[in-house]
Amino acid sequence: MDHLDHLESLGVHILREAYANFKNMCMLWSIGKDSTVLLWLARKAFLGHVPFPLVHIDTNFKIPEMIEYRDRLTKEWHLDMVYGQNTEALKSKNTFPDGNADRLTCCKLLKTTALKHTLSGQWPRYRFNHAAGKYEVDANIEPFTGVIVGLRADEEGSRSKERYFSPRDRQNEWDIADQPPEFWNQFKTDFAPGTHVRIHPLLDWTELNVWEYIEREKIPTVSLYYNQGDGKRYRSLGCEPCTNPIDSQARNPKEIIEELRSGQLSNIAERSGRAQDAEDGGGLETLRKDGYM
Amino acid sequence: MTQESPGNLETMNIVIAGHVDHGKSTVIGRLLADTDSLPKGKLQQVKETCRRNSKPFEYAFLLDALKDEQAQGITIDSARVFFKTDKRHYIIIDAPGHIEFLKNMVTGASHAEAALLVIDAEEGVRENSRRHGYMISMLGIKQMVVLVNKMDLVNYNQETFDAIVAEYTEFLDGIGLTAKAFIPVSGMEGDVIASLSNKMPWYSDQTTLQALDNFEKEPLPTDKPFRLPVQDVYKFTKSGDKRRIVAGTVETGKVQPGEEVVFYPSGKKSVVSSLEVFNADCPSDFSAGQAASFTLEEQIYIARGQLAAKANELAPKVSKRLRVNLFWMGKQPLETGKDYLLKVGTVKESVRVEEILSVMDASDLNSAQKKDKIEYHDVAECILSCRHAVAFDTVEDISSTGRFVIIDDYEIRGGGIIREALADQQEHMRQQVMQRNLKWASSAIGRTQRWERYNQKAALILVTGKRNVGKKTLAKAIEQRLFTDGKIVYFMGIANVLYGVDADIKKPGDDETHRPEHVRRLAEIANLLLDAGVILVVTAIGLTQNELEIIQNVVDSDLIEPIWLGDEPTDIDFAMKVPNLDDFEDTLDRVKGLLQSKGIIFKA
Repeated sequence: MDHLDHLESLGVHILREAYANFKNMCMLWSIGKDSTVLLWLARKAFLGHVPFPLVHIDTNFKIPEMIEYRDRLTKEWHLDMVYGQNTEALKSKNTFPDGNADRLTCCKLLKTTALKHTLSGQWPRYRFNHAAGKYEVDANIEPFTGVIVGLRADEEGSRSKERYFSPRDRQNEWDIADQPPEFWNQFKTDFAPGTHVRIHPLLDWTELNVWEYIEREKIPTVSLYYNQGDGKRYRSLGCEPCTNPIDSQARNPKEIIEELRSGQLSNIAERSGRAQDAEDGGGLETLRKDGYM
Repeated sequence: MTQESPGNLETMNIVIAGHVDHGKSTVIGRLLADTDSLPKGKLQQVKETCRRNSKPFEYAFLLDALKDEQAQGITIDSARVFFKTDKRHYIIIDAPGHIEFLKNMVTGASHAEAALLVIDAEEGVRENSRRHGYMISMLGIKQMVVLVNKMDLVNYNQETFDAIVAEYTEFLDGIGLTAKAFIPVSGMEGDVIASLSNKMPWYSDQTTLQALDNFEKEPLPTDKPFRLPVQDVYKFTKSGDKRRIVAGTVETGKVQPGEEVVFYPSGKKSVVSSLEVFNADCPSDFSAGQAASFTLEEQIYIARGQLAAKANELAPKVSKRLRVNLFWMGKQPLETGKDYLLKVGTVKESVRVEEILSVMDASDLNSAQKKDKIEYHDVAECILSCRHAVAFDTVEDISSTGRFVIIDDYEIRGGGIIREALADQQEHMRQQVMQRNLKWASSAIGRTQRWERYNQKAALILVTGKRNVGKKTLAKAIEQRLFTDGKIVYFMGIANVLYGVDADIKKPGDDETHRPEHVRRLAEIANLLLDAGVILVVTAIGLTQNELEIIQNVVDSDLIEPIWLGDEPTDIDFAMKVPNLDDFEDTLDRVKGLLQSKGIIFKA
C-alpha cells in the first residue's frame, strides 16, 4: 500500500463509521477539488452509491461553471443533491459585492448563517428531483446530526487542530480548547441531543495528495483549476468577487502535481487567493469558531 | 507546508511528547527552520511580532498558529506539522505537555508510528515525562527516542545527561519499553538537531534528524491471523444493486475469495464469494490496512459489531469479562457499579467495572495502590464486565483488536488494552451456540429474501410478567391481530414445549433446577422458527435478565422484543412495558406501533 492507498482506506473507514452511526447525515460539497475527492471516496466506500444527501451552500456569487458542473454530476452520478441559501441577505442586498457588507460579514451571512440554517432545517432546502430534472423545496426539515466536510489539516492553522470527528454544540460552536480524544480508530460517534458532529475524512491529506488522487482516479474537476491559455488558474475556489487566480502554466492535474512538487508554490499559501482569510488576521479562526467550514 | 519532492517519498507520523515547558515546540520549530520547511516570510513575521511585543523570539512561536495559543503560551492541541528529509515526509504531531491536555496528547499519539520524548536537562524527569512514556507504551508505539533538551542550560554537562538517561531507563524498564536512543540537544541553540555540536564533543552519535530517519517503517501486520471488525452490511436495493456487501477495514492478516470466514461472537460462518471495489481492478485479496468489501456465499445474518476471522486461523476470544489496563480522562471518576459503554472494534456494548485491581499513582506511576474508584488521569488495572459477550483479542495476540475505549455521557473518557479474557457464567452455553452456528447448514434462500417475500421481519415477541397477569391472553391477541393483517405469525405456548421437547427434563415440582435448560431449548426452537421468517409470540413466567441473556445468546439478540406485563419493577431490558390490560385495544395498538418502529412490520 502506498501513501495514497493509506489515505484512501482511512477516508473510507471514517465514512463508513459515520454512515453507521449517524442517521441524519449529509456531506458538504463545495464543488471544489477537496470535497469532490471526498465525494469520490464516498463512492468508493459505498461501492458506487452515495447513500446520503450532498449539501451545497449556494452564495449566488459562485462562478457559473461551478453550478453547471454540480448539476451535471448530480445527474450522472444520481446524487441526492440539496442546496441552501441565505435568500434574505441576497434579497436585501446585504452582501459585499453589493457594497453593503465587508467581506467577513458577507462570508458569515452567505456561508456560515446559510449553512447553520440549512443544516438545522430552519431554512428551506432545495432538493434535486431526478424525475422532474429540477430543484424543489424539500419536505424533509429534520436537522442533520452528522456533517461530512472535506477540510484538510494543512490548509491553515485552525484546521490543523481538528479531529476526524469534531463536535459542535447547540450554537454550532467549536470549543477548540476542549475537544474529545480520538484513540486509534475510535471516534466520537455519540452525541447529545441538539448537538452535531462534523466529520473530516480528508484531515491528513495535503494539497499535493488531493491532486495525486484526482490524477490517479481520473476524477472530473471544474476547468477553473487549470490554465486555459491565459497563464492563470484558480488554486482554491470560492465566490467570484473574493477569489483570485494565481499565475500558473498548469493545464491539467498532472501539471499541477509537477508544479506543486517543483516548489514553485511552496512559499505561497494555498488560500492566498481567498480575500476573506486576509481580513480574518491571516486565518479562518474567527469564522470557523462560529461554524464556518 | 512544503510540498516539493522528487517522487513518491514515504510518510511517517511522529508524535513529540514530554512534560510541559520541556521544549517540544522549540525542537519542532528548529527542525522546521533547519530543514527549510517554513513558508517564505514566516520566520521574519514571527520575529517581527515578538519584537513588537518586546518578547524574545522563540522557535516555539512558529508553531503557535492559533491566537488562543499565543495568548496562553501553551500548546492546546495536537497540531500537525509537515516537513521532509531526503528520506521521507514527516507529519510531526505536537502533543501538549500540560496535564490538562492529556486527551489531546493521546489523540496525537494514537496515530503515530514513532515518538520523540523530550526531557528538560535542567528540570529532569517529571510527572508527564513518565505519564507520556506510559501512554506511548499503552498506545502501542514501539519506537521511541528520548531528547534530553536544554543542554545549554546545564553547560552541556555529560554527567547531567547520563543521570537522566539512567533514571528514565529504569522507569522504562518497569513498564516494558525500551528507548532506541537518548540524544542530548538544545532546541533553542540548535545543538544536535540537524548536526552535531562542538559544545558537546563527548557526544558523537546520531543527530535528531538522523534519529528520525533511523525510525523504521513498521510493516503492515499482514502475516497475523485475519481480523475484520464488521462496520456494516450494505444492500443498496433501491438503487437497483442486488449485492449484499460486508464492509470493514482489515486490521490484520488477509482474506481472499473461497476462504471460510467465521463471525464472532455468534460463530456464524460462510465462504467469501467475491471482493468488491469501485473504480479499480478487483484485487486478489484484501490485507491489513485496507478498507475491504466482500460478498458471502451463504446468506447468513451478520451485522455491524461482529468480528470476522478465518476458520483455519487463531480464533478471537469471546467473553463478557475482560481483564484490562486502562487510563481514565473523565473529570468524573470511573466507578464500579455504574453503566458505561465499551467500544472494541466496531461493537458498542454496555459495561461496568466489576473490580479495580490496582491504580498506579498518577504522579510517579511506580507504586500500585488499591483504590475504590479510578480518577482523572489515573492508570489502572481492572476487570470489566459487559452485558453481552464481545469478541476481541488479547493485546499480546493481536494489538489492534485488543484495544478499547470507554464512553461516558457521549464522550470517550478512557481507553486501554485487553490483557485477558476471563470466564463468565454463560460461557458453556455460548460454546454450544457457536458450535451450532459452525455446523449450521444454510438454506440457499437468504434471511432477507424471506423477509422480503413475507413483507415482514422475523421477530421473537416475548411476553413476560408475573403469574396470572394475562400474558397468554395478550400473546394470543397479538397473534390474532397480526394474522388478520396478513402476517406470518405463530403463538407458541410454553406448555407446548415443556411437555414435548422438554419431556426428558420436565419433572413435577422441579421447575427451577432445569429452568435455564428449559429456556435454552425454548430459545433454540424460537431460533428455527425465526430462521423460517416467522413472527413468533411466546409467553414466559417472570423472565429474569439472566434468562433473557440466555435467549439473546441463542437467538440474534436484535430480533427479540421483550414485553413486560405488570406494573412492578423488573430488571429485564424490555422493549415495552404494559402496566395492565385495562385498555386492551390500546395495548394492541401500542404493540403494533412498537413492531412498526422496529421495522418488523410496515405501516399500511
